[in-house]
Amino acid sequence: MTDLALQRASLKPTSHEITIWERLKVNRDWLGFWFMLPTGAFLIFFLAYPLGLGVWMSFTDARIGRSGVFIGLENYEWLGDDSIFWLSVFNTLLYTFVASIFKFAIGLYLAILLNENLPFKAMIRAMVLIPFIVPTVLSALAFWWIFDSQFSIISWSLRQIGLIDHNINFLGDANWARFSVIFANIWRGIPFVAITLLAGLQTVSPSLYEAATIDGASRWQMFRSITFPLLTPIIAVVMTFSVLFTFTDFQLIWAMTRGGPVNATHLMATLSYQRAILSGFLGEGAAISTAMIPFLLAAIMVSWFGLQRRKWQQGESND
Amino acid sequence: MTDTLAPKLPTIKSILSGSSPSAADHSEGMSYLERVPRRLITLYLPLTIILLVLLFPFYWMALTAIKPDEQLLNLDKFNPFWTWNPTLKHIQKLLFESYYPLWLWNTMFVAVCATALSIVASVLAAYAIVRLRYRGAQWVGAAIFLAYLVPPSILFIPLATVVFQYGLFDTPYALILTYPTILIPFSTWLLMGYFKTIPFELEECALIDGASRWQILTKIVLPLAVPGLISAFIFCFTLCWNEFIYALTFLSSTQNKTVPVAIVNEFVDGDIYRWGSLMAGALAGSLPLVVLYAFFVEHYVSAMTGAVKE
Repeated sequence: MTDLALQRASLKPTSHEITIWERLKVNRDWLGFWFMLPTGAFLIFFLAYPLGLGVWMSFTDARIGRSGVFIGLENYEWLGDDSIFWLSVFNTLLYTFVASIFKFAIGLYLAILLNENLPFKAMIRAMVLIPFIVPTVLSALAFWWIFDSQFSIISWSLRQIGLIDHNINFLGDANWARFSVIFANIWRGIPFVAITLLAGLQTVSPSLYEAATIDGASRWQMFRSITFPLLTPIIAVVMTFSVLFTFTDFQLIWAMTRGGPVNATHLMATLSYQRAILSGFLGEGAAISTAMIPFLLAAIMVSWFGLQRRKWQQGESND
Repeated sequence: MTDTLAPKLPTIKSILSGSSPSAADHSEGMSYLERVPRRLITLYLPLTIILLVLLFPFYWMALTAIKPDEQLLNLDKFNPFWTWNPTLKHIQKLLFESYYPLWLWNTMFVAVCATALSIVASVLAAYAIVRLRYRGAQWVGAAIFLAYLVPPSILFIPLATVVFQYGLFDTPYALILTYPTILIPFSTWLLMGYFKTIPFELEECALIDGASRWQILTKIVLPLAVPGLISAFIFCFTLCWNEFIYALTFLSSTQNKTVPVAIVNEFVDGDIYRWGSLMAGALAGSLPLVVLYAFFVEHYVSAMTGAVKE
């Protein structure tokens, strides 16, 4: 269609010779190039190039202030023997795994609750999203204060009820610190999961539930056989994003614990910041970042197949 | 192509309005089956608990910001959940005895510039991918989606050296030029979805009338895509405001910092009385976004869900 229209537009003034310039003006590849130029420039200079540079740096001994020389896999061998690195890998996997499961479960539950007929629905929905829009660092500071060792409101409340005698040392004890940062991450992630899944729920046709009700299906059966299968594609995409951003999380940890106590909450991202920027070993930090890439690729594959399946289900052309 | 995407439009609209006809039918049609006590237990109780947990940190933040110091640190004498003599001391300290207004200005400046740059770039890119459909446009679209999945935390180390080489270190331009790498993939993807919903026939008419591509974009497509542009703008602005790791790495002097970095680095000292001003700072840093959000909830939600759905 466009081709026809374009040709007509360009052929009309046949009274004079068609110049190269006029030809170019309607050439979609030529136009496309100029339209793509700003985006391309940004993404190549500040995304693709640094991505490649990061992988290259992981094979060098670069420090702050001097560019390194190629040292092969030495950084990775060094990391392989580094127990703190392995601890950070363990922490990252634990953090991602536990937080994602809870975010998904509570988020889906909240989405289903919000899909009911409620008074003040729009207002409740708006309130649910607030944790997502407030900058993570600032809400992490609030959690830092809530989990303070001396003046924690949680400890105080539990002491008043009589469940504990002493304040819980939330951010000072390794396991409590892990619990605290994971809790804060779940808190931050639930709104995103809930609101996007809610959008998915609203596309499920109500007649399916009516039919199921007439057939005598229980609530659980309806969820199991109608809601969940229809939501699977969007769940795949949402959870990929959620896993991706949890896995590479930095700011929540940095604001609450900075990797402490004794590296118990160091994630790979925070460890790479500490090694590369604070200690100056850019090469080693880059190696830690590069080690995250395989995990990210795995997440992207899941997202890709999730998207494919969705298109297939909705009978859309592969456009 | 337009036809297959048309059925999606109602879903976006239903999210916008919060009540699509079908959803409304559903809830009213089925909910008569449930009695009030049952709804209390299965619906209102869990919803209230979740909402309380989600909103408590903000209440706590606001309460701490206006509590006098002696009440903050003496939980046994004063009930910690309320205060009877609020004080503006912390907020005053924040505004007049620190660089806080300057940090707010830095954040605002960086966020507005980076967002504007990104929106311009992504409008052009999205239009080219969706409507010019040059050779390889699909692949470029896929590449941009992949770029969206590259997280800042694996880019900041090499970017720090790049920023240093370009002589941008410790200037706002370091952030203005690097934030678009986060924003452009997202907003391009979002705007591609919006542009696809604009009827193709309008453009055909314009082409026949002799309009250039540029005229079509500025006079036909953009006016129709205003809701999409607002969504993209709001979401990008929020992302900029929220960004932490680049700002932490690329800025070093106190006067240049953005609010999130400055609060974490400059306000956190050994002072036992820091909590009031710390929370006041966190609150004041969140308020601009919350106000913006309050006005554009629908656009925000559609941006969030649109990026996932398209």
